[in-house]
Amino acid sequence: MTAPVSISALNHWFGAFQALKDIDLEIGAGEYITLLGPSGCGKTTLLSVLGGFITPSQGTVRIDGRDMTRVAPAKRPTTTMFQDYALFPHMTLRDNVGFGLRMAGMGRRTRNDRADAMLDLVSLADAGMKRPHELSGGQRQRVALARALAVEPDVVLLDEPLGALDLKLRRAMQDELKSIQRQLGTTFVHVTHDQEEAMAIADRIVVMNAGQIEDHGPPMRVYRQPASLFTADFMGEMNHIPAQTGHAGIKTPFGTLDHTTDHQGPVVACIRPEAIELGDGPVQIGAARVRDAAFFGTHVRAHLVPDAAPDLVLIAHLPPGDVPEPGARLTLSAQQAAFHVYPKGD
Amino acid sequence: MMRVLPWLYLIAAFGFIYLPVGTLVLFSFQSGTLPVPPFNGPSMRWYAEVAADDDLIAALANSLLIAFGSSAVAVMLGFGAAYGLARHVLPGSVLMRGLLIAPLTVSYLIIGLGLLIVLTRAGFGLSLFTVAIGHVVINLPLAFAIIYASMGAQQHNAERAARDLGAGEAQVIWRITVPMVLPAIAAASFLSVTFSWDEFIIAFLLTRFDVTLPVEIWSLLRSGLSPQLNAVGSLVFLVSVTAVILLELFVFRKRRS
Repeated sequence: MTAPVSISALNHWFGAFQALKDIDLEIGAGEYITLLGPSGCGKTTLLSVLGGFITPSQGTVRIDGRDMTRVAPAKRPTTTMFQDYALFPHMTLRDNVGFGLRMAGMGRRTRNDRADAMLDLVSLADAGMKRPHELSGGQRQRVALARALAVEPDVVLLDEPLGALDLKLRRAMQDELKSIQRQLGTTFVHVTHDQEEAMAIADRIVVMNAGQIEDHGPPMRVYRQPASLFTADFMGEMNHIPAQTGHAGIKTPFGTLDHTTDHQGPVVACIRPEAIELGDGPVQIGAARVRDAAFFGTHVRAHLVPDAAPDLVLIAHLPPGDVPEPGARLTLSAQQAAFHVYPKGD
Repeated sequence: MMRVLPWLYLIAAFGFIYLPVGTLVLFSFQSGTLPVPPFNGPSMRWYAEVAADDDLIAALANSLLIAFGSSAVAVMLGFGAAYGLARHVLPGSVLMRGLLIAPLTVSYLIIGLGLLIVLTRAGFGLSLFTVAIGHVVINLPLAFAIIYASMGAQQHNAERAARDLGAGEAQVIWRITVPMVLPAIAAASFLSVTFSWDEFIIAFLLTRFDVTLPVEIWSLLRSGLSPQLNAVGSLVFLVSVTAVILLELFVFRKRRS
């Protein structure tokens, strides 16, 4: 019903292209993990390796302590919920959901009872005799989930399951996926390129880039203290401020930050738009001119040109009460801890 | 005037296509001994003669047997080839696909002659079985092309999902692939049956004593025109038309929905 997954020293090549590089990852039993990254980062390849659809060139995958690296998908305690749902169009929903149980040799009556219970779990209790083409996208997605869960897998793998849904439905399904996962306690590994979805749903986010794991941790940690510049940028908007390492700290156009880094020479100081505050504070960004500002409901998103660094444009999320006119002048500041310093990327 | 012209053209075109068939069917109900005007029917006399002619009835049974038997084999082989080439990366798969479809472009006469030479050299006596082989040869490319074209990513993903849920290869094919490409399998079967049913030249070259209906009709033709021939021709036409209508009703309509 649930099991830990352990991935070690995984490498995979498609011809000369290395899709996965030295992946090591421990996933706890009952954990909800999202693999997050841009397209081509290797997240779907990693999911396929977990599901048994790709045998990795090197490394091992253990599920519940057993080596599964070379075991066929049918023989693994995993099921996959595919991106396009891959429902069987010629079968009723009940037969779709009961397919895995049928393959396991379960009798018709118990199988149907169990399929109906799974359909009930995804709020499609009365639709058992319908066929997939009669359903909306969101409903198909629920059937695919019910089908993946019906065989009581230890690990459910979800390949961008919400990609085809509109935003409102996607948010609703995120809550539902999470609540079903809590209810069953099964390990979920969910691939997405949407960082908001990852934050909304995951116990732990694994950020991937170019076949490697850049960072992994709880959403708040990954967002607030990203381990790398890539993670910092991928998790949301980020202001980049060119800086230099110095004796007393990091020299920026806005004064010296008391951060320490092993790196010598040019670095990048990063700050989230919502961490830029109005008025005076520990780090004085100082006077800035408003280039433009727009009302976003929960905040006002403004492009600001600071006097201290006129060729820099800062993005700030200001309180929603008041939209400043272009050309208006504001005084800005920030907390020391709001800045993160990374080596300058190439 | 410009509104009438297209209709005139349509009537002319249909007249060109269907007038000969219509005449054939009309004079099958002739009550005299010659299928020429004036029409002096209707009469079922010649249909009764067809029913009483044991050779014709035997030929009809042979034709049905060969049509259904050779189609079943052609469609099974075509499905197997399509599944293999659509699902697996094989060396030279483009060439294999080409070679499978190429016989469609070769004339039946050439295929028939080739088979005649090969089969007699190999020591096969000519029989209904050799005709069936010939019909498999002409219908396999068609069945392959139709079924291969229907094997898209949708089936592939469903097959993957079935394997993930514990299905073995035979179960994947039987429970997922075949039901999903059933419209294409049905279309290929219907077309194979009609082509085999109408086929003359291969059947003529590869039979000796037991013959198919088109060959029997041809030998009757040699003894001169008779409304009996019209009656047989009408029956052959009726079978073909029925097959086409069934195809239209059950396969193409389903596909569109």
